[in-house]
Amino acid sequence: MTTATMDDPAAGTAARPPREPRPGLMTSIRRSWDRYWYAWAMIAPVVIVLAVLVFYPLGYGAYLSLTNANETNVAKDIGPVHIGATYHWVGLHNYWQVLSGRDGDFYPRLEWTLVWTVACVAITYSIGLGMAMLLNRKVKFRLFYRLCLIMPWAVPAFIGVFAWRLMLNSQYGVFNDIITSVGLPAQDWLGSPLSQKIAVIMVNIWVGVPFMMVALLGGLQSIPGELYEAAEMDGASPRQRFWNVTVPGLRPVTSTVVLLSTVWTFNMFAIIYLLLGNNTTGDTDILVTYAYEKAFTGVSDYSAAATYGIVILLILVAFSTFYRRQLKPEQA
Amino acid sequence: MRRGISAVAMAAAIVLGVTACGGSGSDDTSDKGAAAKDPAAVSGTITYWDTSDAKNEAPTYQALIKDFEAKYPKIKVNYQNVDFGTVEQKFKAAAQSGKGAPDVIRTDVGLIPEYASLHYIAPLDGTAALSDTQDFLAGPMNTTKYEGKTYGVPSVTDTLGLLYNKDIFAKAGITAPPTTWDELIADSATIKAKVPGVAGTYVNPDSYFLFPVLFGEGADLADPAGKKVTINSPEAVKAVTEAKKIYDTSSLKIDFASAYDNMQTSFKTGKVAMLIQGPWSVGDDLTGSAFQGKESNLGYAPVPAGSTGKAQAPTGGHDLAVYQGSKNLDASYLFTQFMTSSASQQTIAGKNGTLPTRTSAYTPEVLKNQTIAGFKPIMDTARPRVALPQVGSLFTPLQQEYIKILQGKSSVQDGLDAAAKEFGKLLPGYTVQ
Repeated sequence: MTTATMDDPAAGTAARPPREPRPGLMTSIRRSWDRYWYAWAMIAPVVIVLAVLVFYPLGYGAYLSLTNANETNVAKDIGPVHIGATYHWVGLHNYWQVLSGRDGDFYPRLEWTLVWTVACVAITYSIGLGMAMLLNRKVKFRLFYRLCLIMPWAVPAFIGVFAWRLMLNSQYGVFNDIITSVGLPAQDWLGSPLSQKIAVIMVNIWVGVPFMMVALLGGLQSIPGELYEAAEMDGASPRQRFWNVTVPGLRPVTSTVVLLSTVWTFNMFAIIYLLLGNNTTGDTDILVTYAYEKAFTGVSDYSAAATYGIVILLILVAFSTFYRRQLKPEQA
Repeated sequence: MRRGISAVAMAAAIVLGVTACGGSGSDDTSDKGAAAKDPAAVSGTITYWDTSDAKNEAPTYQALIKDFEAKYPKIKVNYQNVDFGTVEQKFKAAAQSGKGAPDVIRTDVGLIPEYASLHYIAPLDGTAALSDTQDFLAGPMNTTKYEGKTYGVPSVTDTLGLLYNKDIFAKAGITAPPTTWDELIADSATIKAKVPGVAGTYVNPDSYFLFPVLFGEGADLADPAGKKVTINSPEAVKAVTEAKKIYDTSSLKIDFASAYDNMQTSFKTGKVAMLIQGPWSVGDDLTGSAFQGKESNLGYAPVPAGSTGKAQAPTGGHDLAVYQGSKNLDASYLFTQFMTSSASQQTIAGKNGTLPTRTSAYTPEVLKNQTIAGFKPIMDTARPRVALPQVGSLFTPLQQEYIKILQGKSSVQDGLDAAAKEFGKLLPGYTVQ
């Protein structure tokens, strides 16, 4: 919005003189600088901070992914002793290793990452929508319910995850205490890769629902009541009102929260890492936790971890672009 | 080739650096002896990273540092306690950039080859840090060696043993702890039959705890001399088959997300009769209902033997190492020497109940501690792990496959073959069968 208002006077002044041949690139940059130096100066801090915190690490990561850098061959400054870097450029070798499936780990990890993301986002969205609709009507103690349902969001993620880990404990956990007290056999909640996968999805849903609910509640409240009244007058059933008024009315909110939620879930490190601990078969690792293992166990493999990082980034960028493009025409 | 050049350059730089510090020396030996000649003249500030338990163990080390500063008034020690779980990454990051790295670090014995191969820690042969070396026990001393040089000084040692609950053994009518894995299985069956609600053991799925079984069959992770990965050798397969049998017949079901905590809770509350564990766990055991106030109920025995008849467990513990980039190497050497001296070790053993690494530190006074007295004979079964820089990385694939085997998701042979394949990726130049 701000850019549009800034552009407008510029467009006005540029239009005033009679048509001239287009100025050269350097001239236009200089003119732009003369006219907008103040604006550039104002955004300089942001640009610098972004460059230092985002672009430099990103660029460095991309560079490392094209080398064979690991902890044994990077430069070291050991006090007075300096050991130069001996890693070298390997081009796209790392990417080829990963994408051709030669390292044997990428595709299994990608598959589970996709299952995990789709399952988490779909279920979280559905539950969040259901709860938002329940809370969007006039009920007693509505504020109380809303506060309760936001609780998981207010608890720091790692505390919530550890609480779940304690509750799911197969020998001393509260869930098994409850089900054995009513005579059912104790369950091994985190005992096999499949049950571990179900458990991490469940916990991630628990963590993610409040955000969905709050966002969708906001969306629901912005749908004008007249639309529902009109639909009711036309004899639409509750189901028809949901599909033809609520769902289209929520579309702008939905598109944003689904995008955000997908990106977050795809890179949700804490839940998988903290809920399952170290004793896993590796089947429950998503791409991010796998890349972490590459970088931070034993002798660090920087280039492989960086390659995974860049591949994850590219997957998410591709997804976001595609997703936005799909939605744009419908919105317009 | 390039790496070779840089190693030579580094060696030259170190020699130059030491000469510059020592000043007076004209030949190699007197350079290094300079600090030893007049330790009182050494001055400066050094940083020490301690990884001992911040609540129970650290005060002993802090008190010793006070003594050190009293003895060498010109040296100031900056004590920092760093969490054991994260110290490896923290130290490596600091050591690599040269910023914020400690001068002396207390490090797990298993990490010495990794740090040494990355040039982070200094070789200590001929320095003041190593004194009275023949007094050190052979096992712990072995952990400090990498490619023929000494990179650490043993501070405390430990190994895995068999801890057992004497009450439960008495109830089941078992008179002596098992000496082979098959006896352990048989005893577990007896316990299960005679003492209701109590299981024989709780298998720890961490691959470190697989070592006694592997060693019992003469198997190991790899063979550095023959450049071979040996984790899928017939001996290793036999060992892991035995481990799986122990789990299936004698163990409580593992809770994989909280294995260690559940194992400890089950043992200290008397739900499990025996554990393969180290001396570090005894303090925790004694807080549980089965042992609180009756320390004598806890029995100590060596790990059971495999079919080779040999009972062996890995040597653990901690060494002190000196950062190669320390600006004050002389003071660091002196500090390392002081902290690993027999007198200091006796103090540490007396207060913390950890096992000293010097023969002379096992005084009658120290042996009054039941944990130390219990574990001292077990130390005879300790043997070093294979000294490879990549050992830390090897644990991950082995553990993942071991868990698959325990969960019944893959057969022993398939699991170990898969682990061997991963080992092959991590150990360049090694052959995988």
